[in-house]
Amino acid sequence: MEGIARIGRYTIDLTEQMGRMMVFVLSSFAWLTRPPFRVYQIVKQLNFIGYKSTFVVVLTAVFTGMVLALQGHYTLRKFGSEAVLGSAVALSIIRELGPVLAALMVTARAGSAMTAEIGIMRITEQIDALDTMAINPLQYLIGPKLVASLIAVPLLVALFDVVGIYGGYVVGVQLLNGNEGAYWSSIESAVEWKDVYGGILKSISFGLLISWVCCYKGFHTKHSAEGLGTATTEAVVLSAVLILVWDYFLTSVLL
Amino acid sequence: MIKLVGVEKTLGKQPVLRGVDLTIPTGKLTTIIGRSGEGKSVLLKHIIGLMQPDRGEVWIDGTDIARLKGQALNEVRKKFAMLFQGAALFDSMTVFENVAFPLREKLRLKGEIVNRRVEEKLEQVGLKGMGHKFPAELSGGMRKRAGLARALVMEPEIILFDEPTTGLDPLMAKAIHDLIVAMQQQFKFTAVMVSHEIPEIFGISDYVAMLKNGRIAEMAPSNEFVKTTDEEIREFIFVAGTVTPKGLPTASL
Repeated sequence: MEGIARIGRYTIDLTEQMGRMMVFVLSSFAWLTRPPFRVYQIVKQLNFIGYKSTFVVVLTAVFTGMVLALQGHYTLRKFGSEAVLGSAVALSIIRELGPVLAALMVTARAGSAMTAEIGIMRITEQIDALDTMAINPLQYLIGPKLVASLIAVPLLVALFDVVGIYGGYVVGVQLLNGNEGAYWSSIESAVEWKDVYGGILKSISFGLLISWVCCYKGFHTKHSAEGLGTATTEAVVLSAVLILVWDYFLTSVLL
Repeated sequence: MIKLVGVEKTLGKQPVLRGVDLTIPTGKLTTIIGRSGEGKSVLLKHIIGLMQPDRGEVWIDGTDIARLKGQALNEVRKKFAMLFQGAALFDSMTVFENVAFPLREKLRLKGEIVNRRVEEKLEQVGLKGMGHKFPAELSGGMRKRAGLARALVMEPEIILFDEPTTGLDPLMAKAIHDLIVAMQQQFKFTAVMVSHEIPEIFGISDYVAMLKNGRIAEMAPSNEFVKTTDEEIREFIFVAGTVTPKGLPTASL
């Protein structure tokens, strides 16, 4: 009986937490529709989440494309199909690896920082200070991060796609002496618009997931250094897991 | 006027406030004292709506904010400012930007008006020329003074002080107390302070209230308060030996 009761309590807690998370994100978007509109804050967050993540995303993209070309070349050579290397690299990156890896890198770099920043503001009563000045923290602090993440992550994914495909080109064509024309023409013939749309759709939803989870965890940090550490870890782990789980469901719908 | 009626609050499974009834006079400095962990800061957070009571009413100038949320609560909060225990300055902004923040965000003021008002407040709290520094570069006392400048800049009707001198040396604590009294006398705002600084607070407060066992055990003008017959309260306030209430000679146990 005790086991069943424990499962029941866990389920209730989980449902409550999901409900609180939903109210959190809906309230944040609702506050965004009211003046004053925080354009400067959004631009500032675009710089932090987007521009400052560029280097790590480009680095990941280059090596992802290169290793894909290396592995692809090794496998396709067994079937005498090296000519389709370009399409294999491009489809893998555009449909799957671009959105997922870029989102994971943004989680690691910007998501964790978001949680830590908001968490410290919570612990040091800076969020309470906003409240006492009649400035809604969801409008001032959370809303701009949600919007910036929705804009920045798809742009970073697009950058990842382009750089990754060029990374594959460097290895597949320049280093392994593949056919340059075959590389590009196989991409042109294999990649359809729906592949690109699918990747963009994924990246938008990942952008929302990252900022939603990381802001929520930071906002509800417990008042201690340990609480801040726990919140940051939970934010990164939960975001990463949700990205992978949501990716599976979205892929099964989009296929 | 601030009036709390039967305010009860339980945090986790621990009842903290068990029916607080308290009326705070307008335009006076009222200090709430009590032992550590009695819920003084919790009480202060109820007055400004950062916490909502499980039961009871919190009246601010005729509006019960106990159940108010969102924009309606923000409207009432425009009357308030609060100086937090750790000053709660925004650490990504300079002192100047911190003090200018409510002017820019709430009043949408810009340019020379903001500069003038911020410089004026910084000068009043003794931080002239320190505007360019970040909170991390300031001492504890300077941070409190910067927090006080931010609280004063909107010229609010009510200012709450949550242990404004905690962690400061006696000289700095006296300087902060003197500053609060001077500002209160100059701007005539209603001041509510939570403090452990006994006996000093009796010399600066108009009224003193004691929180004990989740209720207000005693509330009186500071010169009356020291005449209490409650043995437990007498022991608490005369722990340092003597008390000098505002405008009166020294009293002892």
